[in-house]
Amino acid sequence: MEGLREIAVWVCLLMGCGFSIIGGIGMIRMPDFYTRSHAASITDTLGAALILLGLGLHSGLNLVTVKLFLIFLFLYLTSPTAAHALVKAAYSKGLDAPDVEEATGAALAIRKEALAAAQRGEGD
Amino acid sequence: MNMFVVATLGVLITMVFALVRAFLGPTVYDRVLAANMFGTKTVLLIAVAGFLTGRPEWLDLAILYALMNFTGMIALLRFSKFANLASDEQLK
Repeated sequence: MEGLREIAVWVCLLMGCGFSIIGGIGMIRMPDFYTRSHAASITDTLGAALILLGLGLHSGLNLVTVKLFLIFLFLYLTSPTAAHALVKAAYSKGLDAPDVEEATGAALAIRKEALAAAQRGEGD
Repeated sequence: MNMFVVATLGVLITMVFALVRAFLGPTVYDRVLAANMFGTKTVLLIAVAGFLTGRPEWLDLAILYALMNFTGMIALLRFSKFANLASDEQLK
């Protein structure tokens, strides 16, 4: 039973660290602000939850677990809120995602051209 | 190897990544995002380091850091949006 709990703690901590590091890599590798905020905020909540769950499993059921649960609750309430406020502030300031705009602009041009060609075809 | 050493190292590596983005970040929002991530990872680092040194009382500090991180980021965002700390009239 004790060995089982130790394995569970290991799994939780390793997975939490893994998600955190993946989020950090995403922070560096992603091309623009919105994709970066996606990578950061999602892995923030999941990685933090797994690490805190691992610590809680290790400590057993006492006051420490209550404090860990408080941290967990607080991070779960504030981390998505903070990410939402940040992205909304950036969007309302008119920060564009250059790659996305370029890609959708090119796609729109191709579609307009195709539509125009189809109409010409009907006209003839 | 102690499991808390591994967890501490993982959190520290993530903090380094967040710092790199905070230094590189072309816009102020990238820097705020990186600072927010750094703050969240600070909370985790304090919690894990408390277990590592056998003093889980440090969790109180972690709760305090979580509160400060959220408040500081909202204040910074208001500052960057209104160029001051936003009175009630400006918010309407």
